[in-house]
Amino acid sequence: MTAVEAVGLCKRYGDVTAVDRLDLSIEKGEIFGLLGPNGAGKTTTILMLLGLTEPTAGKARVDGLDATRAPLEVKRRVGYLPDDVGFYSDLSGRDNLRYTAELNRVPNEVAGSRIADLLNDVGLSEAADRRVSEYSRGMRQRLGLADALVKQPTLLILDEPTVNIDPEGVREILELVRGLRDREGTTVLISSHLLHQVEQICDRVGIFVKGRLAALGTVAELVADVQGGYSIEIDLEGDGDPRAVLEGVDGVTEVEQNLGGWLARSDRDVRDDVIDACRSAGFSITRLVGGISDLDAVYHTYFGGTHGDDRR
Amino acid sequence: MATIAAETPTTTVTDEEHAPQLTGGWKIVARKELGDHLRSSRFVILLVLMALAGLAAVHSASGGIRDAAVGAADVPSVFLYIFILSPDRIPSFVELLGLIGPLLGIVFAFDAVNGERAQRTLPRLISQPIHRDDVINGKFAAGIGAVSLVLVAVVAMVSGYGMVRLGISPGLSDLVRLVGFVVVAIAYISVWFGLAMLLSIVTRRAATAALAAVAVWLVFALFMGLIAGIVADAVRPVHDDTNLSQVLANARLELNTRRLSPDELYQETTEALLDPLKQSTGILVQSPDDSAVPAPLGLRQSLDIAWWQLAAIAGIAVALFAVSYALFLRQEIRA
Repeated sequence: MTAVEAVGLCKRYGDVTAVDRLDLSIEKGEIFGLLGPNGAGKTTTILMLLGLTEPTAGKARVDGLDATRAPLEVKRRVGYLPDDVGFYSDLSGRDNLRYTAELNRVPNEVAGSRIADLLNDVGLSEAADRRVSEYSRGMRQRLGLADALVKQPTLLILDEPTVNIDPEGVREILELVRGLRDREGTTVLISSHLLHQVEQICDRVGIFVKGRLAALGTVAELVADVQGGYSIEIDLEGDGDPRAVLEGVDGVTEVEQNLGGWLARSDRDVRDDVIDACRSAGFSITRLVGGISDLDAVYHTYFGGTHGDDRR
Repeated sequence: MATIAAETPTTTVTDEEHAPQLTGGWKIVARKELGDHLRSSRFVILLVLMALAGLAAVHSASGGIRDAAVGAADVPSVFLYIFILSPDRIPSFVELLGLIGPLLGIVFAFDAVNGERAQRTLPRLISQPIHRDDVINGKFAAGIGAVSLVLVAVVAMVSGYGMVRLGISPGLSDLVRLVGFVVVAIAYISVWFGLAMLLSIVTRRAATAALAAVAVWLVFALFMGLIAGIVADAVRPVHDDTNLSQVLANARLELNTRRLSPDELYQETTEALLDPLKQSTGILVQSPDDSAVPAPLGLRQSLDIAWWQLAAIAGIAVALFAVSYALFLRQEIRA
């Protein structure tokens, strides 16, 4: 069943088109990555899905509910972690979550234990009764995740959840999200400009550029589309002409110099053949990487070189 | 590139049993906001400030009453005079409230909305299952609630002090008038609360809103009398060959100019309410042989002489609320 559906969704601010005829559907239980540089319209799309901003045209539906016409029912189901989430700094983390529980009409007797469990899940049990003003950025982010889960959402929307937190924190948050999907079957929509960070947990990703969906599919599909094949990075030591050796391997279509090493493109996986050829030509292989740079190629193709961290 | 196919059939979910009642969101917001107000240091500061000012005013007024009116037992509603008399150059309670009451309103509203923006809590708040106007309505209710609490507490305390000091207790009609006064004072302070709320919506920073509100307050509190005098003298000058109609025209224009200030409207309303002997809010011309003490008015009659001022106060407050409400609902979340 469809958890999220956008049909011809448009949002214009004056002359600026933030979101341009977006068609998208996300299945229940799917982890979907909405990827794109800052200013691509990701947050605007999310606000329309939540019914917080009215679309100029088109429809946004969550669980089949029109976000514009039934915003309360939609907001009852959707847990939202905003970009750069904020809390009432005079209140403790626990009291902030309690307010959210009240706003969601979670009965008091249920709320207490649910909040305690969530705080435990995100590793904030010890800090729960300290004022949020004393929290670090990473702690706020984790509190934000707990906050989004207080209402036990069927759809979880995370807007840039990994920005400005350390790599270990990123890993923890993503693992929590994946665990939640596996246990509860929650649908997850992650918006990010950091493809590397979120691609590992996304079932599918959509690449969003200048208000339009430029590509949609699994990461592997996107990579194959962009590359039209495979690539190998290889660093060699020894005498001779590595270019000739690499070009001599059957299946290799293109060889270029790459940061002191070599980059070979091919139409199929030729790693074993390349290793054999280099060995028999008397080279020793100091480094060989297959596939890693493919994500960068996706980046370059769609983000046009803007890696997103130029704003803010 | 695979762009997704449109139009998958939609299933409309109507699971009534899963959906709790989602009405009354403003009450949840109001409860939280009121809690914040009551725990805040500004609440304590304002309460102490108003209590001290009120005690000083009532102390001085009741002293005056004791000295002057030991034999004047026939004056009706002596008790209420503790709020309006000002011997010893200490302003009366009513005057003091007119002066510092605006602060009370401003303090509970100047950071109501821009504070949420600064803390970046607004997107999180309105993504919960409440209507957008629940946020602003809840903040209105909580603010007016906090203002009312302070006022009722101060008036009750000050009344108690006056009763002990004068050794008299108010009659039923006095109490009714006193309650009326509190209601008028709440309406008057609501004007300033509404102004500060409006400023908190249109300005980005709480400090800007506070400063702007205080500036407006100072203009009305300190300079309105001056401005009114200048306007009156410019438009209806009084020449040397004084005749009564010129003087009257001047005085009338000055009064009407002053009535642009909520403070003046409030003073006229409360004086009519608290002083049954007050016959009019306009300008009285007294002839030399007019020495008779006027008969006290009933509550209805007292209200009659100040009804439009009361309506004006309420109208200004409601208008400010309405504009704030409309602006807040139209604002972009990320603005």
